[in-house]
Amino acid sequence: MRRRTLLKVGAFGAAVLAAGGVALRLADKPTAEARLDNMSKVLRAVVPALLAGNLPADAATRARAIEDGLQRTLATIEGLPPPTRAELDELFALLASRPGRWLAGIESWESATPDAVAQFLSRWRTHSIDLFQTAYHALHDLVLGPWYADASTWKDIGYPGPIEL
Amino acid sequence: MTARTPPVIEDPIAVGLARGWKVVDASTLTSPLAIECDVVVVGTGAGGGVTAELLADAGLNIVLVEEGPLKSSRDFKMREADAYPQLYWDSASRKTKDKAISILQGRAVGGSTTVNWTSSFRTPPATLAFWREQFGLADLTPAALAPYFEQAERRFAIAPWQVAPNENNDLLRRGAAALRIPAGVVARNVKGCWNLGYCGMGCPTNAKQSMLVTTIPAALERGARLFTRLHAQRLEFNGNHVGRLRCAALAADGLTARELNVDVRARHYVIAGGAINSPGLLLRSNAPDPYALTGKRTFLHPTVISAALMEHAVDGFNGSPQTVFSDHFLELDRIDGPIGFKLEAAPVHPVLFASTLPGFGEQHAELMRQFARTHVQIALLRDGFHPDNIGGRVSLTADGRAVLDYPLNDVIWDAVRRAFVAMAEIQFAANAKTVYPVHELAGGYATFKEAKQAIAQLPLKPLLTRVVSAHVMGGCGMGDSERRGVVDTRGRHFHVDNLSVHDGSIFPTSLGANPQLSIYGIVGKMAEGLAAELSGRRKTRPP
Repeated sequence: MRRRTLLKVGAFGAAVLAAGGVALRLADKPTAEARLDNMSKVLRAVVPALLAGNLPADAATRARAIEDGLQRTLATIEGLPPPTRAELDELFALLASRPGRWLAGIESWESATPDAVAQFLSRWRTHSIDLFQTAYHALHDLVLGPWYADASTWKDIGYPGPIEL
Repeated sequence: MTARTPPVIEDPIAVGLARGWKVVDASTLTSPLAIECDVVVVGTGAGGGVTAELLADAGLNIVLVEEGPLKSSRDFKMREADAYPQLYWDSASRKTKDKAISILQGRAVGGSTTVNWTSSFRTPPATLAFWREQFGLADLTPAALAPYFEQAERRFAIAPWQVAPNENNDLLRRGAAALRIPAGVVARNVKGCWNLGYCGMGCPTNAKQSMLVTTIPAALERGARLFTRLHAQRLEFNGNHVGRLRCAALAADGLTARELNVDVRARHYVIAGGAINSPGLLLRSNAPDPYALTGKRTFLHPTVISAALMEHAVDGFNGSPQTVFSDHFLELDRIDGPIGFKLEAAPVHPVLFASTLPGFGEQHAELMRQFARTHVQIALLRDGFHPDNIGGRVSLTADGRAVLDYPLNDVIWDAVRRAFVAMAEIQFAANAKTVYPVHELAGGYATFKEAKQAIAQLPLKPLLTRVVSAHVMGGCGMGDSERRGVVDTRGRHFHVDNLSVHDGSIFPTSLGANPQLSIYGIVGKMAEGLAAELSGRRKTRPP
């Protein structure tokens, strides 16, 4: 049972779970649809927590900004080499799973409050288990970097952008 | 019909392609290829570029294999969103095995020279002396190398930067001066530089004399063939002789290998893929390695960062990115004593800055709002000299990819702590309002006293401390015997009669200086010898 679980979860999930002492059975390699679903579900909760302080107050504009951030993160992930993408697939599959949510302290990503998500991020950011820390860094880098790749965010930070040649 | 307005900036690559350079994008191949040549050069960065030009000049028939794409000034739009995925390994976020170090490494024609920040230093004499003593590299003296450095300096227009430094660099200069810490002016490989500040995204004006606009075009002019988006899979051996290089064409995404091979047979094989990929290729090929040295002693100049908030605009995105440096902290102690570090400024662009800053939410947003008033200083640790610092090790993953395992140990953390203190002191001496050592548990400090106390208490550990690198070196180090090196000082592999390594992986330690000019000079010497040997022609330069 244990061996079977390890094989199915993959190196990243297995190491996290071994560290967390949790047993988990994930489906085999996620389908493209499941993959996108896992990523979108987690990121719709994580993006506003990471970008808090940056997002507009108005609900509709805010929702659009979160969606933009999500899309930039997804596009960045698609530009990474296949082995890195596979690792990220494992991370998002884990976070979307019930044991993963338990580890993150999130009952459901859809209904998680920004505070709960921020607490999860803070815990993993300085967690004593390296793999949780690397997961935090992956989310941090993949959301905050690409957010500022878009010219629409530059006025917030006083960046005029490159000159026109 | 009216003539089209000529482009303001001529793209030498577009011109050469139009004239009939032999360049094949392997992602467009529809059937396998088997080709022959005198010499195949794997990699088109500092080492591969210099080698290709000298060998082609000697009349040899050259094939160049590059895993990245051919991009040139018409593609360089000064946008991080385009540049990082196109021009760098892993979108500028290549990681060590435990993901604790983030590595900037070029992945395009021209290698890292296409995206580096142009800083050029000759190999420090103290480093060469250490190599002579510890690795028996008797012929690598400053005097013996001087003609090769001079040649590279002429070829790539390397000279101390004549224009005033941008504010980000001038803060390093002013802070150091206030503390009577010596600082110098960086030499740069540029011709008619517009001082834009976007060297890291590919030079849009072709001022940077990278391999992309110098040696590679020269080799192509002489008939060399360049294959891009082609992954060098393995060397195939007949005893101590390489018989063939097997390559795999990449798919249109430039990332996924296809089951379509390009096989190259050559008289001689030169590996110049950089200090992760070169040892990786040798390991994948099961190259003879009786002393298990391949991939060991890989160095990074592990780099830590200190951000300082100023009262005035710094605009660290504007102007030549690195023009001021200080070697003061390299010279305080013995070279093999407590690890020293080189101080430089680093350009400040939104994506790299945002992903490097610690924290998230309001804390991160607040730091980002100060983007244009932030000065960024970096300390590059001189690794590989202290007896307890043997660097990292390149090994292969189950699916054959090269990965670098670089443990960060106490001798490194001791230097990191000193570096955070040194940078904070210089930044406060330059009138910083707040200094932020880049560490997950550090805050912003308003005085040097406060910063110093906090830095003394910081837990320095992987993943809590942001450690980055832009200089990968070693892994196929030179030695005077097969017990101390993978290659000799001619770059020749000790156990294979037609194989050379010509890139930053030949360094037996790190350099203590940005590596491009060391590669140009030392590889230039190697390539000159190889060209003479293979062509039967006597060397024509340098004197």
